[in-house]
Amino acid sequence: MRPLTLRRMLWTCGLLCVTLLAVVVLALRLGAVPFPLADLGQNILLLITGHPEKVSTDFRLIMVDIRLPRILLGILVGAALSVAGASFQALLRNPLADPYVLGVSSGSALGVILALLLAPAIPLMTPLGAFLGAVATIAAVYLMGRREGHLDSGTLLLAGIVSASFLSAVIMFLMTTLASRDLRGIAFWLMGDLSTTLPTSLLWTLLIGFILAAGAIFTTASDLNLLLAGEREAMHLGVEVTRVKLVVYISASLLTALAVSVSGAIGYVGLLVPHVMRLLFGSDYRLLIPTSAIGGAIAVVLADTLARTIVAPTELPVGAMTAMVGAPMFIYLLRRRLA
Amino acid sequence: MNAAESMAAQSTSTPEARPRSGVRVNVQQASFAHVTRRQSAPVFTLEATSFQARERELVAILGPNASGKSTLLRLIAGSIPPLSGRVELDGFETSRLETRTRAQRIAMVQQESPLVFPVRAGDYVLQGRHPHGRSLWFESEEDYAIAANALAQVGAEHLRDRWMHEISGGEKQRIVLARALAQQPLLLLLDEPTLHLDIGAQVELLARLRRLAEENRYTVIIVTHELSLAAEFADQVVLLHRGKCLRVGTPAEVYQRELLEQVFEAPLDIESGPEGRPRVIIQGRRELRSNLSSGSSSG
Repeated sequence: MRPLTLRRMLWTCGLLCVTLLAVVVLALRLGAVPFPLADLGQNILLLITGHPEKVSTDFRLIMVDIRLPRILLGILVGAALSVAGASFQALLRNPLADPYVLGVSSGSALGVILALLLAPAIPLMTPLGAFLGAVATIAAVYLMGRREGHLDSGTLLLAGIVSASFLSAVIMFLMTTLASRDLRGIAFWLMGDLSTTLPTSLLWTLLIGFILAAGAIFTTASDLNLLLAGEREAMHLGVEVTRVKLVVYISASLLTALAVSVSGAIGYVGLLVPHVMRLLFGSDYRLLIPTSAIGGAIAVVLADTLARTIVAPTELPVGAMTAMVGAPMFIYLLRRRLA
Repeated sequence: MNAAESMAAQSTSTPEARPRSGVRVNVQQASFAHVTRRQSAPVFTLEATSFQARERELVAILGPNASGKSTLLRLIAGSIPPLSGRVELDGFETSRLETRTRAQRIAMVQQESPLVFPVRAGDYVLQGRHPHGRSLWFESEEDYAIAANALAQVGAEHLRDRWMHEISGGEKQRIVLARALAQQPLLLLLDEPTLHLDIGAQVELLARLRRLAEENRYTVIIVTHELSLAAEFADQVVLLHRGKCLRVGTPAEVYQRELLEQVFEAPLDIESGPEGRPRVIIQGRRELRSNLSSGSSSG
């Protein structure tokens, strides 16, 4: 039994940040146009020291305008999805919970599409639609997963999976009947895709949203540890169960919405990453929330790099990559649990 | 009106006669009604119940299934407010205390609940320090010392680094108890703590609770089915039957053959043991007298 101290937490997170940095460098290098590592370092140094004119336009165009924003987006989306997954696992007391498996991502996607169809002109409607879609879906799945007043683990997962399939069908219907313009684009986005270039201001908005929501969840981390033992037990140990559940429910929905509104439904990140982090660093939520955030960033940036390069110059949606790894892992965890 | 109810009518004077000084837990005409749907009749009611418990005292709540034992325990814990009457701990109404304050004063050991993720016994005990910390804190040296002491008090230091899902039922029960001790409560509540334990572990647990009540000046209240254990270890027993409090008193006062046979619907014999503590003997070969079985079918 190792005591959890601030020191241990900082060391663990520092180690993961270094790994993330290495992955980012790798992601910057790899692609349809590869750059040698030395060039990369030299050019970044020039940019940082304030000599952008000495950097070739090619480099600036590919690195700074295309690859870097995409990597940053991947970091944010991965962190948001992983923290959301870890939170749903505690909230629903279900180790297999994940925004994608529970249908929350699909609900969020439907919210985005409805917002685009109904009010395309109003600027903040898409994130709002994504948020409302997420909140409504998780509420519905939660209610469907209850049996005789108890949350049944298997029923909950089935409710989530069926909701996801139902919502996807509604999305398909809306897409084919109403929005016929860019089917491949939307289909890509639905699979989970990071290739859309976003304005910098939006990236900042996302970052602030992430910090607020993940921060709110982090403040409840030690309550979540107890909530996993059951709501009554947590209450007897001094946890204000209703407040904590509400905070986590809203924040995790917000994180999912945030990720889905920019990158579609990237699956299994929220399931996979917290599990790996638990294996590596234990299941204390005070450590699990920050490590999941960084781990999620690593996972999504890696997956997206693979998706960009594996069949270059064609690209795969990143969601296809995460699903290829995540779905077998889900089955493995499910079987191990039932054994 | 059957025999049990008539006995209930005579027994109400017993708790009032007890001395009131040093009372820590005061249950005063507390009642409760479980309602599943609004405007429909309650599915279960606990009628007005009164008793008092002092520090270092061990109280056992007895009764057959669905007699309201767990409901009474939850009323005492303050997790549900009484429909009428009061439940006080040192003069404060338990259901009106703030969640955190309540957890600093009352520890509850519940029937086993499954763990979602693996946790080590030491970390589990440390969770008992939660009500004493802030939401974002790392446990202090003191917290670790208190947790270690709690483990020592249940004789489970050697289990500290073991996983909770790998240890035996009796060991697990000790760890759960240690977590409650780490809360440093005034009042320790246990809901059927002897369930799934073998007889050796049951006796050990009750003896330990007795000793802890003495050493740590706890008031201990347990819900149990074990008539013999309660007779041996409890200072006071509260006998419930179908949501009614029939008797409150020392085991010798409450353990009367007719009453217990009526309540538990089993042929029993009561002997007087040392220190005036009664002994319950199950009379497996004797049929319950016919008037009792007809009485139970009408209710």
